[in-house]
Amino acid sequence: MHLELVKRPEVSRVMMVGSPVLAVGLTVIFAAIVFALQGKDPLAGVYYFFLEPLTSSWSIEQLIVKATPLVIIALGLAVCFLSNNWNIGAEGQLTVGAITGSMLPVLVPEFASPATLPLMVLMGALGGALFAAVPAILKTRFGTNEILTSLMLVYASGLFLDWLVRGPWRDPKGFNFPITIAFNDAAIPSTIPIGPLYLNLSAFVALVLVAVLAVTLGRTLKGFEIRVLGQSPRAGAFAGFSARRMTLFAFMVSGALAGIAGILTVASEIGKLQPVISPGYGFTAIIVAFLGRLNPVGILIAGLVIALSYLGGEAIQTTMQMSSKVATVVQGMLLFFVLACDTLILYRVRLVGRAPKEPARA
Amino acid sequence: MKRFGANTANDDVSLKVMPGEIHALLGENGAGKSTLVKILYGALQPNEGEILWKGQPVVIGSPAEARALGIGMVFQHFSLFEALTVAENIALALPKDADRRGLSATIARVSRDYGLPLDPTSRIADLSVGERQRVEIVRCLLQNPQLVIMDEPTSVLTPQEADQLFETLKRLASEGCAILYISHRLEEVRAICHHATIMRRAKVVAETDPTTETVGTLARLMVGNEVDAVTRTKGVPGAPRLTLAGLDMPALGAFGVPLRAIDLEVRAGEIVAIAGVAGNGQSELFDAVSGERTGRDGAVVIDGRPVGHQGVNERRRLGAAFVPEERLGHGAVPALKLSENVVLTRHGTGEGIASGGFTRFGLAGRIVEAVTKRFDVRKGPADPEARALSGGNLQKFVVGREVDRTPGVLVVAQPTWGVDAGAAAVIRQALIDLARSGSAVLVISQDLDEIFEIADRIAVISRGHLSVPKAAEAMTREEIGLLMAGGAEKR
Repeated sequence: MHLELVKRPEVSRVMMVGSPVLAVGLTVIFAAIVFALQGKDPLAGVYYFFLEPLTSSWSIEQLIVKATPLVIIALGLAVCFLSNNWNIGAEGQLTVGAITGSMLPVLVPEFASPATLPLMVLMGALGGALFAAVPAILKTRFGTNEILTSLMLVYASGLFLDWLVRGPWRDPKGFNFPITIAFNDAAIPSTIPIGPLYLNLSAFVALVLVAVLAVTLGRTLKGFEIRVLGQSPRAGAFAGFSARRMTLFAFMVSGALAGIAGILTVASEIGKLQPVISPGYGFTAIIVAFLGRLNPVGILIAGLVIALSYLGGEAIQTTMQMSSKVATVVQGMLLFFVLACDTLILYRVRLVGRAPKEPARA
Repeated sequence: MKRFGANTANDDVSLKVMPGEIHALLGENGAGKSTLVKILYGALQPNEGEILWKGQPVVIGSPAEARALGIGMVFQHFSLFEALTVAENIALALPKDADRRGLSATIARVSRDYGLPLDPTSRIADLSVGERQRVEIVRCLLQNPQLVIMDEPTSVLTPQEADQLFETLKRLASEGCAILYISHRLEEVRAICHHATIMRRAKVVAETDPTTETVGTLARLMVGNEVDAVTRTKGVPGAPRLTLAGLDMPALGAFGVPLRAIDLEVRAGEIVAIAGVAGNGQSELFDAVSGERTGRDGAVVIDGRPVGHQGVNERRRLGAAFVPEERLGHGAVPALKLSENVVLTRHGTGEGIASGGFTRFGLAGRIVEAVTKRFDVRKGPADPEARALSGGNLQKFVVGREVDRTPGVLVVAQPTWGVDAGAAAVIRQALIDLARSGSAVLVISQDLDEIFEIADRIAVISRGHLSVPKAAEAMTREEIGLLMAGGAEKR
């Protein structure tokens, strides 16, 4: 007796929905096992990891704050990955977007008007897009590997930010701390009360972007072009699409979105620039993009799930004194089970008895 | 018997090949020929039944075991390293403990003995397709096989090269070697085979002596009913609709073929066919005409307008349509639905499939329905992914998608490659009808039977040169063969 994977003739619509549910279920079960192996109460662990963050309005607000940049960046990465362009440098584009977007409140603090924040977002998008254009142009002009160049630029951008906040942009009244002056009020997104929750404007920006990307990818010729060139460059050329222009387009779109996420994170969460502005949103968003199957609505859900796993990881550390490594293990299991269960979309499992290998002899 | 999933590919098949016999295995695509051959060569295991080798039951677990028994195979697609020499390639295929000293001398002797002249020191990349096949055959012969399986060996050869191959096969058979010969070409089966087994839908439907049959009766056995003959009316050519004037195109990559000063005129109402052995510039010519590669403006003219440096969609807007040789991955995206594959080539034609930046998949779906109906595309769901269709049905769809527009100029490469006789007749008839309705049709094909069936004028491409097209009635196979072998270059 053994199990066999049999390829389905068509993708299974049931499993498209069922596989992530199954994956979360398996993650919960195996997380409980891991908690028990740590000598902790597995049920309490599951409660604190997966449910406790959803019980107070404060932690739900935190969940949304963490999910927002992940979703915005992952939307852009989906455009890249769907078109077969491997942008691994969203973290760097986020950093550059945060820098260019901060130029207004840092260099011209006296400019405070309703137009300030929209202009900052625009400049953040522009900065991120131009920074992302570098690996795109290197790829189309010289055939360099965009995975390497976009990744290396992450470190370049981080060092540039470090230099800025320690040098020319340092707050002269900041007791020599490596920070810029605090943003003025016009540069900080307002919060909007929704029932018991106070939600940051950024969250609504993310929702609008999810809708825009969903329509673009599903219904427009541009979205069609993205999918065709990603799957079959030769057929794309036959359709009159240019893979080189698409590389530039996809990188600039994802760079712009990472830049928007960067400036929104800085403006709403920190209120100034400092050497470290992101806990690795640009890298985690790669996972979010794939967990969401490169689908905008899926990315929205995946962003919330990953944000939950961050909060849950903090919760089991503070309330149950488990190591932060345990949280990382659970996050890893979630990714593993999602990818493994995805197999069921294309294959079905069949239990087979021992097949007679020898042909019958007459 | 061999089952694949729910499909049975070989059902209660019995086949007996005698020493010294050239035995033909005939059948349409999907009839189960390749499955049977893979079982004999050890690449697949049967679910039921047995194989007797010289009267003894055997289990052939792998191709290596098949070779050890004395079963050799020459594949349709060669497995040679282009950067290595003939001798190096053959050395790689020998068993681990084989003696490689004197291999070059052995190769030279065997190839001379069987009329397959080969220089062991020449590099594969420099050899023609026919010579590469000789390498495969010599490699197979060095293992002293008692059964040689040949999978469509002549599909890549010029008529003269094919004749040479037949001499070799006859010589092998006269020495007592058995040959299982798979082919679609019924003429050659009649000419060289002693015995024919015909398969249809996984079963053996007939065994016959092909020399006593006609091509028509063999075809009927394969297809199961009378193949609709293509009806061809005489066209009256009108004004030129597609003109190539001094079309030059540099080679792409090390193994590409440059196009050299190609002149051609395709007039309204006629089908012009370009014959040639694969890899002589056909794909380069297709890309240059379709606009996937652009060049000098006047080199390509559609309905009087120079379009040489315009892209594929600009040319489509002028009424041109294109069907590439490669269906999956070039003519269609495998994982996209048929309606999306309609958008692929028709979004830029001004038919409203893409308006205001949005795609109208509903309209594309109606085109799928129309094409399905007209070309009898067999598919399960209404709008399946392209890869779910069988090769023949996908080809009908890909050709139908363009013919449905009634294009003024249609350029089609290998219109019936790998398509069964019934579907081929439908496609060829559609091409003829399109031409007679006033369109100019350019067919690039390696299938001479097809060319003689539909073409009004024939030209031959050889190493990037195109011969002057001549009326099909005035062309013979011999003449085409000479042009294929390089005659097209001296004009």
